Amino acid sequence: MSDVRVAGSGLTAFGHSPERTSRDLFAEATVTAFEESDVPRSDVDALLYGNFMGELSEHQGHHGPLMAEAAGIQAPATRYESACASSGAAVRDAVFRIRNGEDNVVLVGGAERMTNLGTAGATEALAIAADDLWEVRAGMTFPGAYALMAQAYFDEYGGEHEDLAHVAMKNHENALTNEKAQYQSAIEIEDVLEAPPVSEPLGLYDSCPISDGAAAAVLVSEEYAEEHDLDAPVSISGTGQGGDRMALHDREYLARSPAAREAGEEAYADAGIDAADVDVAEVHDCFTIAEVLAIEALDLEPVGEGISAARDGRTTADGETPINLSGGLKAKGHPVGATGVSQIAELSDLLSGDHPNSEFVSDAATGVAHNAGGTVASATVHVLEVDR
Amino acid sequence: MSDDDVQDAGFDEWLDAAEDDAAYCLECPEGHASLPPRRVCPDCGATDLEETVLPDSGEIQTFTVTHVPTPAFEEDAPYATAVAAFGPVRLTGQVVGADLETVETGLEVELEITVSETTGERILGFSPV
Repeated sequence: MSDVRVAGSGLTAFGHSPERTSRDLFAEATVTAFEESDVPRSDVDALLYGNFMGELSEHQGHHGPLMAEAAGIQAPATRYESACASSGAAVRDAVFRIRNGEDNVVLVGGAERMTNLGTAGATEALAIAADDLWEVRAGMTFPGAYALMAQAYFDEYGGEHEDLAHVAMKNHENALTNEKAQYQSAIEIEDVLEAPPVSEPLGLYDSCPISDGAAAAVLVSEEYAEEHDLDAPVSISGTGQGGDRMALHDREYLARSPAAREAGEEAYADAGIDAADVDVAEVHDCFTIAEVLAIEALDLEPVGEGISAARDGRTTADGETPINLSGGLKAKGHPVGATGVSQIAELSDLLSGDHPNSEFVSDAATGVAHNAGGTVASATVHVLEVDR
Repeated sequence: MSDDDVQDAGFDEWLDAAEDDAAYCLECPEGHASLPPRRVCPDCGATDLEETVLPDSGEIQTFTVTHVPTPAFEEDAPYATAVAAFGPVRLTGQVVGADLETVETGLEVELEITVSETTGERILGFSPV
């Protein structure tokens, strides 16, 4: 079984560019990824591409061949859709293809064009990740779903909005030096608490922005990396995926994410590590409460205690286990289909010393990327390790 | 729904039943409950599912007040959405007939099929008992 190496990656700036097509965004990310990887386009065996709402935002289906063309590769291409975990699912299959020897070089990536829909339109588009009959038709929005989880968490384990505000403040702080981030501005606790409500208890600053953007990564087999003398010190050593009932109300727990726990346990076992070995993580903080649920599901915090992790400094840049040093979805932005691969790109750069925030994890050997779909009805987790 | 004249089989019949105070869930021989349309028990794969009438009232287990809606609820906002347990199943619904400040976990509610102020479409609603 071959080890999987990250040969290079590329991100567009995440943010507001409503006029840019997803094919243009993705092309830009791939140009950077190919330059960084030193892998010729002609060596690519497959493109696995994540996208969620292209039918709604661009009236476009069948993205695989379109994006292969945009990237300038002649290889079979397939789109992956698992809501906000779309490109995490693409990474997982790329790992399998390389491990089983089917492919040597896989281009993974994703893109999303969202801001052209406007806030109401994007809210409507994001809602299709929930059960249309039993959730959306009752008026549940995506922020609404996470608000239901936040309220359930407060009722069951305690905590308050101010605890969540510390998550937002931390992630904005982390994004200050990330030139790809949508928000490179510091915020204070009061900013979060006084922001207009979206779905109570969550307000504007508890929510990730609506973003346009793309991500790409060139993944190669260890043999290919050695043969071509590539500088690829980071490997993807573990992969896991979990699933749950589609509608939040059909789950056993309203304030936990068993699908992410399942994905994390599988990825840790696959990599031969346990939670105590994790030095740094990029987790899916589409809302502040989502980061709390994620670090508990990944066993980085006991259930019921993740709420205080940012406030008490355990997950800040200088904390024990820094979470979302990229700024996370909250400050970096969340172009849905690009997010899973962007986490791999950020984490790989953090571990290899090529990230503006690498100084906070200079001794780190092991990182984890957690990508979640819907209200975590689907989740993927990947373990990355760097040669030290 | 893509066409206003076309119903969603299973779901619209359930709303009809709820309007007649006869809302139900589907139960398999193992006692797992789920919502229609459903041919197979999502918990165990059993295919002999029977309709079981839901209790008249349920209890709110979590809730939120939404200020930023989708276009289909533009004129309804702000409104409260809740998850409530009705016997063996939970449902997501809009809380109606109550001041938003009075909605809380533990509140006892009954089903009330209402309509969206924006679209006129039927909505699964909860009203305090």
